[in-house]
Amino acid sequence: MSEKPKVATTSLCGCFGCHMSVLDIDERILQLVELIEFSRSPINDIKRFPGRCAIGLIEGGCCNEENVHVLRDFREHCDILISVGECARTGGIPALRNGIPLQECLDEAYLKGPTVYNPSGKVPDSDEIPLLLNRVHPAHEVVKIDYHLGGCPPSADTIWAALVALLTNKPVELPYDLIKYD
Amino acid sequence: MTSLNTIEPKVEERHVEATNGTRRVVIEPVTRVEGHGKVVIHLDEKGEVSQARLHIVEFRGFERFVQGRPYWEVPVLVQRLCGICPVSHHLAAAKAMDMVIGVDKLTPTAEKMRRLMHYGQTYQSHALHFFHLASPDLLFGFDADVAVRNVIGVAAAHPELAVQGVMMRKFGQEVIKATAGKKIHGTGAIPGGINKNLSIAERDVFLKDIEQQMTWARGALKVAMDYTVANLEKLAPFGTFESNHAGLVAPDGAMDLYDGGLRAIDADGNIIFDHMAPAKYAEFLAEEVRPWSYMKFPFIRSIGPENGWYRVGPLSRVNVCNRIDTPEAEEARKVFMAVTQNKPNHITMAYHWARMIELLHSAEKIVELLHDPDLQGSDLMAKGEFRGEGMAIIEAPRGSLFHHYRVDENDQVTMANLIVSTTSNNEPMNRAVSSVAKTYLSGKTITEGLLNHIEVAIRAYDPCLSCATHALGQMPLVVDLVDHEGNVLDHKAKG
Repeated sequence: MSEKPKVATTSLCGCFGCHMSVLDIDERILQLVELIEFSRSPINDIKRFPGRCAIGLIEGGCCNEENVHVLRDFREHCDILISVGECARTGGIPALRNGIPLQECLDEAYLKGPTVYNPSGKVPDSDEIPLLLNRVHPAHEVVKIDYHLGGCPPSADTIWAALVALLTNKPVELPYDLIKYD
Repeated sequence: MTSLNTIEPKVEERHVEATNGTRRVVIEPVTRVEGHGKVVIHLDEKGEVSQARLHIVEFRGFERFVQGRPYWEVPVLVQRLCGICPVSHHLAAAKAMDMVIGVDKLTPTAEKMRRLMHYGQTYQSHALHFFHLASPDLLFGFDADVAVRNVIGVAAAHPELAVQGVMMRKFGQEVIKATAGKKIHGTGAIPGGINKNLSIAERDVFLKDIEQQMTWARGALKVAMDYTVANLEKLAPFGTFESNHAGLVAPDGAMDLYDGGLRAIDADGNIIFDHMAPAKYAEFLAEEVRPWSYMKFPFIRSIGPENGWYRVGPLSRVNVCNRIDTPEAEEARKVFMAVTQNKPNHITMAYHWARMIELLHSAEKIVELLHDPDLQGSDLMAKGEFRGEGMAIIEAPRGSLFHHYRVDENDQVTMANLIVSTTSNNEPMNRAVSSVAKTYLSGKTITEGLLNHIEVAIRAYDPCLSCATHALGQMPLVVDLVDHEGNVLDHKAKG
């Protein structure tokens, strides 16, 4: 059992859609667990790296300091890191806020909306919630990324083909069908 | 706010004990939920829980950055809030934009295609939550070994159940693909209608599979019901409290997941308001901002922030409706309501049972729609007079979802306000966390298994934390233990 390569996954500033696309491999998930063992991932309760991993799948870019800590931790523990999907690759939709001062985004959400009730007139700020970054960063601006899978999300077949190639020591050569998006 | 190059390496606080004997425990990240959450528990010097909170730690800023985008882009843009229930946001935005462009009634083909998409998503989302995320707690116990307490462990111990879960989710995803064009983040709904119908070939593939799906859906409902009834004594008080409930109902009071008016009831089942039109939502509801969470706290205005909070989702929908308009789910609803003598059911863990009633309801609705020739119609779009403002409510798998937009004469969005399902369950989840922490952690040596009890209560709500943090953030689950002066005593991250 323990000699199976380990795969860890995380969702940073993403929507979980790339994790859902991993689950869209459907019944092949049973084949996958013959090939690998899952390390830390939001789909189980392993919350810290118990040891080294062969592959880390990164969904989402970095929008707060917590994302940066988690991503650096993944780089430290994984031999190969893959940016899965547009948010990890480019910042994606959340990076639409990069052209807007962060304070304006906060004011819109916590001071202005037609249903906001905020007698103190302050935006959330506490030691318990992480600091937001001024802009959303793609994963490779923070750590070295070895492979990029495009798409919003990349299809289950794309993720499957890339994982199987890496796990069986074959070159990752994806046909056009798997790398064309919407 | 901060920038990338100023971030110092994180010093992990796990168990922190202050000199005065108080402690702070942290669960981070909360796992087997969608998104990022963190729980912080404060213990006093006697080891009693003095405070326990669920913090949402992510923020993304959708309401601001959607401004300036063309209105027709919004249904495909805002669904990127959430990869588990993108269809909810896709359809809520499309419905609001229908109103913006003055379309009050869709063509039958468009409305039924959207409904089919929605029931497909409710089916896959409920199957995903029950089998992939929650079932390990129910099958193995709340404090089972971390190594098996996940879907892979379920596949090893109960292979048939795991395969059913996978195949049910797959069916729902295929329905979404046939109606929206893609399994995740599709493009089917457009302001005023839909961009495709269902071909006979697509329909026939589903018809071949639907009987098997119905059988599995009945089986899933039985698993949830039997589990709840057999363990009622333990589950009834687990993270439970009385509350108001809200959900959409059709004009005759039947459950309707796609459209209708909002009904809210109090803890005894008395109606607070009924058939509220989406356009009036801001007169009835408000959201309180609290400094310690990026997720707001919605409440009913007429009652106020203190007591006006309410629950949403499967439990609330079954509580508020008069009936369900499909026969098998209606039978199941009656059995469910009999447990509480037809009064509202407030049991947090009963969410799972209610969710499986809706799973069966969705399967029945899919059967109904597949036999409707309107799905092969070619009249896909309706037109109207531009109004510039639109509001919509839809029942997402996790509860009532509100979208509101204003659009200017250049077709650009000028204002967006979203109240997502999980946000309405913010106060309820915090109450559940606090109740479980006080019952199970006070005076105890804190173990991983005990901490998982807190996550079990959160998972009952099937929170979607990415949705909830559309505004700007992200939510990992951490339990922090803090003393009465606010010093961090203990930080427990599981695993």
